[in-house]
Amino acid sequence: MATKAQLTAKQLSIGYQHGAETTTVARALDCSLRGGEFVCLLGPNGAGKSTLIRTLAGMQPPLSGELTLRGKALNAIAPRERARAVSVVLTETMPSGMMDAYSMVSLGRHPYSGWFGGLSAEDRERIEWALGAVGAMPLANRQVAELSDGERQKVSIARALAQEAKLMLLDEPTAFLDLPRRVELMSILRSLAQRENLALLLSTHDLDLALRFADRLWLMTTDGRLIQGAPEALALDGQFAEVFASENLDWDAATGSFRTHPVPCLNVQIEGGGLERVWTQRALERLGFGIATEGDTVAFSIKVSAGAWELERFGLIQLFDNIESLIEWIRGVDWRG
Amino acid sequence: MKAHSALFTVTTATNKPSNRGLGLFLLIGLGLLVVATLSVCLGSVHFSLGEVLRALLGSEEMNGVHRQIIVDFRLPQVVTALLSGAALGTAGLLMQTVFRNPLADPFVLGVNSGASLGVAIVLLVIGPVGLSLTDGLDGSGQMLLILASSGGAAATLFVVLLLSRRVDIMSVLIIGLMISYTIGALVSILMFFSMAERLQSFINWSFGDYGNVSWAQMQFFAPAILGGIALSCLFMKPLDALLLGERYAQSVGTRAKQVRFFVLLGASLLAGTVTGFCGPIGFLGIAAPHLSRYLFQTSQHRVLIPASILVGALLSVSADFVARGPGLDVVLPLNAITALIGAPVIIAALVKQRKLKRLF
Repeated sequence: MATKAQLTAKQLSIGYQHGAETTTVARALDCSLRGGEFVCLLGPNGAGKSTLIRTLAGMQPPLSGELTLRGKALNAIAPRERARAVSVVLTETMPSGMMDAYSMVSLGRHPYSGWFGGLSAEDRERIEWALGAVGAMPLANRQVAELSDGERQKVSIARALAQEAKLMLLDEPTAFLDLPRRVELMSILRSLAQRENLALLLSTHDLDLALRFADRLWLMTTDGRLIQGAPEALALDGQFAEVFASENLDWDAATGSFRTHPVPCLNVQIEGGGLERVWTQRALERLGFGIATEGDTVAFSIKVSAGAWELERFGLIQLFDNIESLIEWIRGVDWRG
Repeated sequence: MKAHSALFTVTTATNKPSNRGLGLFLLIGLGLLVVATLSVCLGSVHFSLGEVLRALLGSEEMNGVHRQIIVDFRLPQVVTALLSGAALGTAGLLMQTVFRNPLADPFVLGVNSGASLGVAIVLLVIGPVGLSLTDGLDGSGQMLLILASSGGAAATLFVVLLLSRRVDIMSVLIIGLMISYTIGALVSILMFFSMAERLQSFINWSFGDYGNVSWAQMQFFAPAILGGIALSCLFMKPLDALLLGERYAQSVGTRAKQVRFFVLLGASLLAGTVTGFCGPIGFLGIAAPHLSRYLFQTSQHRVLIPASILVGALLSVSADFVARGPGLDVVLPLNAITALIGAPVIIAALVKQRKLKRLF
């Protein structure tokens, strides 16, 4: 497959210029986006993800550095031509009174239509293809203002798709969506990237989904660096921990997720296996207990088997037949004493 | 391709109601023709359609005075009403789109208050000092008012556009509003120090009147309005894109800043020209675009611009017709009538629509 870079940044510095005052958000970025590649941009709030996306889209001039679109300087490309190469989905809300989804998607054809804005047969075919590609065909005649957040986001992406650009930049398109909708959207985008050979960059806070779906990850740090790599590579070499971890948040490389760690003062010994064990352990961690390893003193111990919890404390044994009553019991005891 | 199977089911459903739109255009056009004709025929003196036609064709058997009433008074007034309504409807639509605000009207940039300051200076300051326009209605006096009003509007527009280059669109709205308040304050001070009869002539100006544009002045008025409308029509497509906001508009290849500047300029020229020649005419500029959106159920400017032109013209000619009170001996303030017609129209459209969000 073609892996020629669509967009290449060399020594790029991004930020804002207000008069003589310059605010640099990130500097010396080297990165590129290739066709068929789904890249997720992650980073703490305020690291500059939106600024980077706007700069790469050519909506905001870089402070310095080189930004080229298929070998041509991005700022030297006429707006209309650029719109045929780069499409965006932004965080700002789309106002849309008196506009049905079809009309909204048709705005994506602006870089192709004449000054009057009329749609040709080809335009219509492309609009319907875009609606179909994100599964928004049934929404075509609905008013955009009446759609749910998830539906509106699909239409938004369809609008960008209708632009027929080989590079699509999306700024937190999964915010405000519930988990099933987020998963759906990510898998749609991933398959689009592969099928249509699109270069896709998507910023998100959803680490878990990014790890599952992205071909590559870009991690933006608060000190303005960009760490790049395959998700698994970044997970293995502890880069996640470096970027995201804080005093009370731990990166758990085994599960690929973050964990809060209020310092456990009491340890619990746990025996047994299966799903019950996994969730019992999670419950204990949530309640502030540590899981005992050899040699630790333990507050109590639990033997887990299918549908039964045997709790032993001070030599007394209590039996629970569901996890809920076990949790109730643990919460009911004053452990500080 | 996978999309093809679904393609055919939707194609018919997504065809826009172009037939309905065409019918509506014809209906509104017809209404406009009827009201305009009535407006020429009826008034302090009533004429039959035949008499009007004979007067227009310059027939010899027509009474000279009657012919003068029709050709030199009624006709220019109806044409002025029509052009003003078209101008304000278009300008209102442009402002509402650029500011993405359903309450924006043609005067958001302060052209109206600028014009009123110009007129106030002429009527309240220069007039009393001795310039010979005591009546304010003789030919040269009227022209001076037009110049003062247009000059005031242009000066305000210049200041606001200059300031607006460096700020975002929301700030432009607020800057326009603040400048309007400031100028309004200056006008109040001028009024406070003025004599009663001077005040009366200023208040008369602020009522608005389509009857001040003679054929001689029409040579400036009509081209300015038609030019402004033509300019707006050039931006139908970028205006559609601006509905998504400036950033999105840019992303589909629109030069948003340029478009914004020219659209603001065009809309303000239209509004300023109307105010210059006819005084401040309220409400048409808000009512016409709202009514057009409601009637045509679309946000596409290639439909909404012609629609706002026609609806604005219809509302304007009707308001003028009612204000002149055919059969009565009084002439009501035009502004009162436009508000009486315009406000219920907006309320009805909103109530029927239930949510402003859907309108905008």
